[in-house]
Amino acid sequence: MMALRFEARGAASRAMVLGSPAIAVVLTLAASLVMFASLGTDPVRALQAFFIQPLSSERGVAELMVKATPLVLIALGLSMGFRANVWNIGAEGQLTLGALAGGGLALALYGHESPLLLPLMFVAGIAGGMAWAAIPAFLKTRFNTNEILTSLMLVYVAILLLSYLIHGPWRDPDGFNFPESRLFHDSARLPVLLQGTRLHIGWPIALAIAATTWILLARHIIGFQIRVVGLAPAAASFAGFSRTRITWTTLLAGGGAAGLAGVMEVAGPIGQIVPVISPGYGFTAIIVAFLGRLHPVGVVFAGLLMALTYLGGEYAQITMNLPNAVTGVFQGMLLFFLLASDILIRYRIRFVP
Amino acid sequence: MTIDFLVAALMTIITASTPLVFAAVGEIVAEKSGVLNLGVEGMMIVGAIGAFATGIVTGDPVLAVLAGAASGALMAFIFGGLTLWLLSNQVATGLALTIFGIGVSALVGHRFVGVTFAGLPKLDIPGVTDLPIVGPLLFGHDALVYLSVASVIAVAWFLRRTRTGLALRAVGENHDAAHSIGYPVIMIRLMAVLFGGVMAGLGGACLSLAYTPLWIENMTAGRGWIALALVVFASWRPWRAFFGAYLFGGITIIQLHAQGLGVAVPSQILSMLPYIATIVVLVLISRDDVRMRFNAPACLGRSFHATG
Repeated sequence: MMALRFEARGAASRAMVLGSPAIAVVLTLAASLVMFASLGTDPVRALQAFFIQPLSSERGVAELMVKATPLVLIALGLSMGFRANVWNIGAEGQLTLGALAGGGLALALYGHESPLLLPLMFVAGIAGGMAWAAIPAFLKTRFNTNEILTSLMLVYVAILLLSYLIHGPWRDPDGFNFPESRLFHDSARLPVLLQGTRLHIGWPIALAIAATTWILLARHIIGFQIRVVGLAPAAASFAGFSRTRITWTTLLAGGGAAGLAGVMEVAGPIGQIVPVISPGYGFTAIIVAFLGRLHPVGVVFAGLLMALTYLGGEYAQITMNLPNAVTGVFQGMLLFFLLASDILIRYRIRFVP
Repeated sequence: MTIDFLVAALMTIITASTPLVFAAVGEIVAEKSGVLNLGVEGMMIVGAIGAFATGIVTGDPVLAVLAGAASGALMAFIFGGLTLWLLSNQVATGLALTIFGIGVSALVGHRFVGVTFAGLPKLDIPGVTDLPIVGPLLFGHDALVYLSVASVIAVAWFLRRTRTGLALRAVGENHDAAHSIGYPVIMIRLMAVLFGGVMAGLGGACLSLAYTPLWIENMTAGRGWIALALVVFASWRPWRAFFGAYLFGGITIIQLHAQGLGVAVPSQILSMLPYIATIVVLVLISRDDVRMRFNAPACLGRSFHATG
């Protein structure tokens, strides 16, 4: 009987580094055909509704970039940490704190018309996200506490904090008792770049940060340190690279990016503080980071693909009555298949009789 | 505070803690064999919906519990295949398992929102269960509670006093040495991961069949992650995990009662207590780096590839 054996390659296969995400996407599409069929819907129509139709209008493409912005931003920050084996799983909480910090500033200065307000809100959002990420950074470097669990617990705390503020002190006094804040006034809203869409300055900012991250990782000493700490921790400590500094830098970068994404969500598409600011961007960004091979350019493309799954899920829900949960299943499957195909980078398949 | 109120509170604490006991003990076995399975939350929630859906459709509580365990095992099998056979990164795969599990459970649970399950039958020994205080506390629970205690005893005995348990611990401490002695490392780890999946599934079944016999999307609310923290807190020892689970169950129930009593603190702030407590115990336990490295299985999280 033929058996499958995995044989170590001499060196990592460069072709597979790009090929593995492609294989994963194909496998996911195939598996989703099965999933749609099992849900009783026409699989081909469902795939069309998911991937093709949302892009068929200018508004759709603009919405794609609106949704990709937080994903790309957060994934850029996370990917730096993942490269250094610093696992920031709490980006969802850092996004929330950024939204609360920036949004809180907007509410505190309600009615003040000033061109400085938006930049200040951005700074507040970044600071809020960084502050939330500083907690796991401190606990890891000072008390050796696993950052996966601490950052994750803080997600639940952050969401409860949002709920408390929205139901209590920050509730819109003229809002018929809905748990929402006031709608932000004009100075606190991100201007729309394209008429008829929700496209705002977030996407160009995300691309600029991607370019910056690329340069940092490839050319700056901190990028080198990050990569060495992740790939060869013993060598890094011999070289004197400070694990503490890398942990703080990558966690703060991830937190700041998530915070910026959060404040841009509430100042942009949402326009106020609501009970659910993010449909899980902080967790999907983890998938985006892996799908993009932890590389800034890959992250941009992976972010667009993941944004498409969000759009497609909404579209399919409206046009075909598919439950929104299909999006989550799809994203999870994609990560599974990606992790599975990754073995082909370091090992080749041999059929042994 | 009357005695009746205390007994009722303790009963609720026991029901709230049992899912954590199952999940933590299962994860201890998996981690003792060297596999870091971060997908406990995903396995628990899939177990919850599997048990709930089967319970509603068939009406049979035994089938429901078995379905919960099987759902958890299925997820664990996917995890095992990816990490043990395809050598994928254990942290990333565990995260993928959680994301996928939450998605799948939401998808399947879509048609069960708002439906109530009849609940699990509780033990009722005539005469004994009616004893004041001791009666209901010791003899008035559903089968899953007793199963959870039995599992702690069984796992503690298995790890410490059987040859297979020793082999499992050996694989977790030094998989290369275990392989060279001839232990089937992959098979042992796969069995350990599957056991962890069964237990997480049972924990989820507990939640959706006994604790709140409803289906709510994302109803585990981070309990899988708390179970992971409990494993660290318990220094990978089953009885300590049992104690830790009850500590957390206690905190959860006490803050719920505090909310009900109208304590001056806002309800959302009180709801933060279990999560903040998790962080605090993690910090306290992890501070001693030497003790952590001594207690943790040495090969935890490292992939094994036979090179001989």
